[in-house]
Amino acid sequence: MSITADIRVQTQNFDLAAEQRKLCAGRTDIGGVVAFSGICRDEGGTLQALELEHFPGMAEAEMRRVADKALARWPLMGLTIIHRHGRIAPGDEIVLVIAASAHRRAAFEAAGFLMDFLKTRAPFWKKEHRLEGPTGGWVEAKAEDDDAAARW
Amino acid sequence: MPTVTLRYFAWVRERVGTDSEAVELPAGIATPDALIGWLKTRGEHYAHAFGDDAAIRVAIDQVHAGRDDDIAGASEIAFFPPMTGG
Repeated sequence: MSITADIRVQTQNFDLAAEQRKLCAGRTDIGGVVAFSGICRDEGGTLQALELEHFPGMAEAEMRRVADKALARWPLMGLTIIHRHGRIAPGDEIVLVIAASAHRRAAFEAAGFLMDFLKTRAPFWKKEHRLEGPTGGWVEAKAEDDDAAARW
Repeated sequence: MPTVTLRYFAWVRERVGTDSEAVELPAGIATPDALIGWLKTRGEHYAHAFGDDAAIRVAIDQVHAGRDDDIAGASEIAFFPPMTGG
């Protein structure tokens, strides 16, 4: 396995198009790229911001472990995973996965696998800040996310 | 008595009231589950943090671990709710 995933945990925003260009720069063997970005919703106009807490060190390590599983399972030619932490406003991006391969199927599947496993294994936690009233609580994990990861 | 660093995240951290502490493990505490049982006896904040203990996840030296895994030799044990990133 010669590919090493580009993994980043950061507070600042990212530029999906720029990241995709960087991943594919100088390559003519890539036939398909799937890019997924997760975006902060406003929850019907009630959310002021999300605050993402993370476990520094373990977050990067666990993202790497999940990435390595994807690299072992699909013939990927490039992989970028970026997860933000800190305060994120509605409309802003939270997470980015870009998977590149010779053919679309591997790229689609790997991106789906990565998102399902990042959601259930990468140590990040979301807290809601509401526009009105007291600070919302911690977002609860959903059983459907566990089910989504289990399907792989 | 081995000393380990305990780390807490999200609502576990808020309820305990600190993000990290060094503790001397009492004899006979061999698993995260046993450690949770002992932590609950350390006071109101801990009882509140670990009262809903079925939900709590564990990492040993920054790797996900089971509640019945062996903690011998661990230098850092972290407790946190199910993850909600992505």
